[in-house]
Amino acid sequence: MIAHKTIRRVIQSTAAAAFLATTMLSGLAHAGPTLDKINQRGAIKVGVGTTPGFFAPDSNGQWQGFFIDFGRALSITVFGTPDKVEFTSSSPQQRLPALQSGEFDILLSGVTVTTTRAFKLGFHFGPTVFYDGQGILVRKDLGVTKAADLDGATIGAQSGTTGELNVADFFRKTGKTFTPVTIEDTGQFIDALESGRVDAITQDSSDLVGKRTQLKNPDDYVLLPERLSKEPLAPAVAGGDDRWLELVNWTVNATLQAEEWGITSANVDEFLESEDPAIQRFLGVDPSFAKDLGLDPKWAYNIIKTVGNYGEIYDRNLKPLGWERGYNSLWTDGGLLYSPPFR
Amino acid sequence: MTAASPRLLTTLRTGLFGTRANTLVTIATLLLLSQTLPPLFRWAVLDATFSGNAASCTRDGACWAFVTAKLRFILFAFYPPALQWRPSLVILLLAAILTASALPRLWGRTLLIAWPLTILACWLLMQGAFTSTPVASNQWGGLPVTLFVWAVCFAAATPIAVLLALARRSTLGGLRTFSVLYIELMRGTPMVAILYVAMLILPMALPDALSLDKMLRAIVMITLFWAAYIAEVIRAGLQAIPSGQHEAATALGLGYWRTQRLVILPQALRIVIPGMVNLAIGFLLATSLLAVIGIFDLLNAARASAADPQWLGFYNEAYLVVAVVYFVICFGASRYSRWLENKLAAGARRP
Repeated sequence: MIAHKTIRRVIQSTAAAAFLATTMLSGLAHAGPTLDKINQRGAIKVGVGTTPGFFAPDSNGQWQGFFIDFGRALSITVFGTPDKVEFTSSSPQQRLPALQSGEFDILLSGVTVTTTRAFKLGFHFGPTVFYDGQGILVRKDLGVTKAADLDGATIGAQSGTTGELNVADFFRKTGKTFTPVTIEDTGQFIDALESGRVDAITQDSSDLVGKRTQLKNPDDYVLLPERLSKEPLAPAVAGGDDRWLELVNWTVNATLQAEEWGITSANVDEFLESEDPAIQRFLGVDPSFAKDLGLDPKWAYNIIKTVGNYGEIYDRNLKPLGWERGYNSLWTDGGLLYSPPFR
Repeated sequence: MTAASPRLLTTLRTGLFGTRANTLVTIATLLLLSQTLPPLFRWAVLDATFSGNAASCTRDGACWAFVTAKLRFILFAFYPPALQWRPSLVILLLAAILTASALPRLWGRTLLIAWPLTILACWLLMQGAFTSTPVASNQWGGLPVTLFVWAVCFAAATPIAVLLALARRSTLGGLRTFSVLYIELMRGTPMVAILYVAMLILPMALPDALSLDKMLRAIVMITLFWAAYIAEVIRAGLQAIPSGQHEAATALGLGYWRTQRLVILPQALRIVIPGMVNLAIGFLLATSLLAVIGIFDLLNAARASAADPQWLGFYNEAYLVVAVVYFVICFGASRYSRWLENKLAAGARRP
């Protein structure tokens, strides 16, 4: 009798727990938008990586880098200060599921925009902030300034990667010849280049730039301007929060627009006197524009004043490593970067 | 002195050149050393740069200036430099409790109470609880995190492991099946997968209100994972106890729990100490897997320190520092294990 009662009680409580769990789970599925969580938490959770120039901790344990600065800019857009942002390093394999699970509000970890990620994984991408792609690093004494001039060169590529295939395709297209040397461990690229076993090496250009600085005489080598593959790197957010995505979009756009107008952290105060109504709207001299959008009128001003425009972010983090602007120039300078109008 | 030297020489001669095989091994070793030591010495000392910045370092020699500049980051990662005394104190606390646990004469109830208290104190210290400057766990890193996760998970896993081992040898079918299933499931899963569960699946399964800190989730999952391994080691110890011990205890009228607590476990645990230390060393090195879920343990912090554009690419130096730290701890643990075995063996020999 007692046993019966106990069993019934157990069944009842299990059913209650299961019911509770399902309601909680379904409640989670329809959880409020990302922005609600950010505001409630008082900080943006950003997933980053560790690549020199893009994101790396300095000696004091402060994150520094190209993408880090965009994270700070985003914090200014949402909270008005650059420090309400938590950067967490995550590996390429886990960062996408971590974004899905809500561990991160946004990935600023150099995610390549692809169709699969947009359709199947349900991610939304902000504007491309960096056009990466496979590059070729060559010895300067070859006297080559563009990849099409390479003829009969010995080129090292990592075995089993798309890089190996891309370089073969490229030479088939240009009709020139080359001798491939496949190298298993990318750590040996430097040795191969320095010992003269290869004339050039090919890999994602962001990796090559880092490799170049580790060569004994970096100035004896040059990264050719062509890119053999397309790797547009953009901020990624989970679907379902349109306003959050727009804040990301226009934060990036603000840094681009500022550079187009020549507004820098040094001269932004002079631009407050500008007669141009577009600049007045942009910098919040005319506050009604930003207020209509539900933004702090000074949001763009604060971003430029604190973090700087796109060119400043680029020069601060990537130029010291030997990055040329290349495709990452404004459209007005022949690059691919273009901000829609602020109006 | 005069008497000792010839004896030493004799020992050396017989040890190094006693047989033909020994002579060959000695010569081969000397050749190998003569080839590797001079370049290593040149790299580590002669061509090395001891101070300055990255620009003053050459690529030919070691850049110890890098270690000077980055040691703080490697050891403490993102913890605010102004509050560094907290993680330093945590390291001291953990070292103290580990040392205390290592001394057989301190084994007792006090230690059992001291452990949870120390762990709590470490957690509160790292967090900066009761102070005006709390530090979120995503800013923790380096050696304190490695030591903390290692010590906490091992300490918490051991009692669970004892229960699992007892359950696996229990005569209650359901209990035994559960234990076997649990242990085999955990041992059949890689630790990386367990960490992914902690990182990605748990937050989806738990409601928002119950969301645990990432570090805490990782600690819980690692504890459950390690418990399976420790349970198997303890089971080996249980099996080594002759059944006569059981029967004698039963004959004395001791119940199951008192038999285990007073007769079986004290003997069994003593037997498995070398196996446990062996596991502990392996687990310490396994904590570097925390990197895959973005926790900056010692190894990950070292790797990240060489990605700073100011100090780019000094991976050899960074890894060397970490290797030294790991080696000191593991070597200490293994020497301790030998010492303890001898000591306990001496105790067992005594009538």
